[in-house]
Amino acid sequence: MAELAARGGHGSVLRFLTRRRGRIRADWSDWATYIYLFLGVAIMFAPVLWVALSSFKTPANLAEFPPTFLPYATETVTVEGYDEPLPLFEVRTEDGGTRLLAQVRRVGLRAQMIDPADPEAGRIVVQVADAEPVRRVLFTFGNYARLLSTSGSELWLFVYNSLFITVAATIITLIMNSMAAFALSKYRFRGNTVALVAILMTLMIPPTVVLVPTYLIVAQFGLVGNLWGVILPTVATPTGVFLLRQYMLTIPDELIEAARMDHASEWRIYWRVVLPLSAPALAVVAIFSILSRWNDFLLPLVVLNRREVYTLQLALASFQDENQIHYDQLLAMTTLTALPLAFAFIFLQRYIASGIASTGIK
Amino acid sequence: MSAATRLTGALATLAALPARVVEPLMHGLQKLLGIKRMPWVFLIPNLTAVLLFSLLPVFINIFYSVTGSDRLFPLDRPYVGAANYETLLDCRDYLDPSTCSRDLFWRALGNTLLFVPVQVAAMIGIALLTAICLNRDIRGRGFFRGIFFFPVMLSPVVVALTWQWILQRNGALNGLLTAIGLEPINWLVLPDAAFFWSVFVTVWAHMGFFTIILLAGLQSIPRDVYEAAKMDAASPWRVFTRITLPMLKPTLLVVFILCVIRSVQTFDELYVLTGGGPGSATILIVQFIYETGFAIQPRNFGLAAAASLLLGMVLLIFTLVQLRVARGRSYG
Repeated sequence: MAELAARGGHGSVLRFLTRRRGRIRADWSDWATYIYLFLGVAIMFAPVLWVALSSFKTPANLAEFPPTFLPYATETVTVEGYDEPLPLFEVRTEDGGTRLLAQVRRVGLRAQMIDPADPEAGRIVVQVADAEPVRRVLFTFGNYARLLSTSGSELWLFVYNSLFITVAATIITLIMNSMAAFALSKYRFRGNTVALVAILMTLMIPPTVVLVPTYLIVAQFGLVGNLWGVILPTVATPTGVFLLRQYMLTIPDELIEAARMDHASEWRIYWRVVLPLSAPALAVVAIFSILSRWNDFLLPLVVLNRREVYTLQLALASFQDENQIHYDQLLAMTTLTALPLAFAFIFLQRYIASGIASTGIK
Repeated sequence: MSAATRLTGALATLAALPARVVEPLMHGLQKLLGIKRMPWVFLIPNLTAVLLFSLLPVFINIFYSVTGSDRLFPLDRPYVGAANYETLLDCRDYLDPSTCSRDLFWRALGNTLLFVPVQVAAMIGIALLTAICLNRDIRGRGFFRGIFFFPVMLSPVVVALTWQWILQRNGALNGLLTAIGLEPINWLVLPDAAFFWSVFVTVWAHMGFFTIILLAGLQSIPRDVYEAAKMDAASPWRVFTRITLPMLKPTLLVVFILCVIRSVQTFDELYVLTGGGPGSATILIVQFIYETGFAIQPRNFGLAAAASLLLGMVLLIFTLVQLRVARGRSYG
């Protein structure tokens, strides 16, 4: 509703200004808005685009300063008689012109080159200073290939760990939270206010404040270094219960009465009647759970203390800790970690926005 | 590929649980306890988790903060009274962190006290401006909203690594600087620059979240109020300060409280981006807690718990004062 109102174009102050002046389009404030928004797009999106583009560069291209925007690589040609493709150079000749030559090998300040158009002519010795590599925009997957070959099996393990935590935690969150929400919305019983307040009170307890005792409890269950050690502390989200309860309150009680008449058990009513009807709210809770579990950092950092149980996020952070940063592989891995989820959620943005607007909590 | 098969196996087991195990169990429980007690059956899993991982930890935290040694199990720890708090707060000169017994705590505290107001002001200012722009009748609103929201979905580690790649010595930013004829700067090595970028990067990452809330608030302001202002030929600035801001106040209050609570707890992005450095220029209070309790050997759980209780107390007092002030204003 609110959105429709704003679409009507009366919702904004500056828009109103336009009307008063009797001009409908292209007021200065419109220009200012567009300039601001496009500047914003550049600042918000360019960094991510930059990393994604960089991940397709060759290591030589990555080491360049100033950096190129698009990935560039030296053009190569296959010349008869040579197994490997040879890099192509533009060479200045003595008469002031240029010709394209392929480099066979380089010795000190001289390079042996060959004319790809006329390989029979034999090798030509060229001063390196006279030769410029011929470059073109080229997306190479070398960084990804190196990443997979140096830490391939490990990488699948990290992906598995992250996926397992995300999926298991989300399923448990959905079931536990919806059960509690069902009890708190569809029954009148002594202590329901106390239970609701106890659950909502945990909103006031920031997870970082109780980090040490959470670790102790996880340790007492023997779950340090175990994936369940980061799943269990996060499953009872107060916002999930609250959101689902508010939604379930709108489901008419007559439906439940009718099911009771048909001798459905309470569990069946919950599982077969209320849960399917709560699908939209469940979707919002699921999206938030997936997002926060996939991106979780501090609790996994403390609990998952062995490399075999690292999540993608921990692995990514540890990559950067190592003495020598391999930027080529780091960029490839950053892109791999960020993009799938980000793109999936571009499409789910609307649900996320409505979820944030209604609860105010991620 | 084995990861995928293991995952599907685990999922299949989970999916089979409700029909095979849970349903007969719940039927039995209903027969045993009667319908009246069923809500508690539905509540118990969630309440157990809440008690175990949210409410109980608060009390254990208090216990940790008054006991010493590096033992994890609470009953193994000797009682030390207020010693942990004394260690934290012990300073010869409170204006000079290096005279304190835990100078890192005071540096983290000082950084947090500077970081939070600057970050919150920047965050809310920019989020409000963006929300106002997005609330206008413009083309491509959905596109713009998506772009501004996009970084919220990125993981903190990805955010930090992205900006590290841009801010490093041979990064894109220095490339731009040399292109317009300026000297490259080693951004994350200079303390003030690192602090600025800490604020910038966290605002960049979380601004979209607050923009969405503010946008919803703006859209709920009824149109006829603006129509009435139009009749009175009020200036746009007047409309903004007399209508938009007052009507947005409840939303702004929520945004402000959320923003401060989350700002005080900033950790992930900065841990990866600067690691608290250079030196201790960007170390915040949560990183101090993490380092004291988990990273530095021997692990000092007592000190970490004391510091986190102080943090919790500050957050609680702040929230209560803020709510009280807001309530006072709306009645006054």
